[in-house]
Amino acid sequence: MSKSDPNAPKRLALIASKGTLDWAYPPFILASAAGAMGWEVAIFFTFFGLTLLKPKLTASVSPLGNPAMPMKMPFGPEGFQNINWPMPNILMANVPGFESVATTLMKQTFKNKGVATIEELRDMCVEMDVRMIGCQMTMDVFGFKREEFIKECEIGGAATFLEYAADADVQLFI
Amino acid sequence: MTDVIKEDQVLDCSGMLCPLPVVKTSKAIKELQSGQILKMIATDPGAPPDMEAWSRQTGNELLRSMQEDGKFIFFLRKK
Repeated sequence: MSKSDPNAPKRLALIASKGTLDWAYPPFILASAAGAMGWEVAIFFTFFGLTLLKPKLTASVSPLGNPAMPMKMPFGPEGFQNINWPMPNILMANVPGFESVATTLMKQTFKNKGVATIEELRDMCVEMDVRMIGCQMTMDVFGFKREEFIKECEIGGAATFLEYAADADVQLFI
Repeated sequence: MTDVIKEDQVLDCSGMLCPLPVVKTSKAIKELQSGQILKMIATDPGAPPDMEAWSRQTGNELLRSMQEDGKFIFFLRKK
């Protein structure tokens, strides 16, 4: 549908380029909210973002190189839970298992606060007919096959996304 | 005293954060007939501005937005 049609719904075009848990949220939150407002949405999953189209999501937090990220403890009294734990890079880089601990803590904190999981948000997007385009070039580079991704997605390249984005009201690179 | 609005359906989004109240509301309103009223309850402080934006974008009228016992209550009429 082209924007020359004044009755066309608004359109959102997103590029999801990152595969960590913290970066997986923005595209799915924006896409599901836009879908709920009756907008058309497409997300182009490229580079590390492509893994967000795997049936089983394994996105984890990578606090390394993100020193501003506060850590929260998802248990204990409220005062304790509200403490921002500073995490020096030396700790993030050198302690084995740090990422999996950080991932578990973030997932639990999100759950306690009432945030949907990435899987739930993605299911909502599928239900709302959000177009999900997996990047063919990324698949070739990393040796992925079509069958390794959810059946609801389509595979395409830069031109596929750009054609859609050209008529979009909002375009974001995440 | 404000008039009492009689809802046709109630949706409780207490404890849910963005974007769930908006997404659940959009689902719930699809089940209603034109002119019917949905009462939505939320605890997310982001819900009032979000529901106003959702209403403007979808054309489903926000009849009333109020706060009661720490909860946000919205009455929405399906267009």
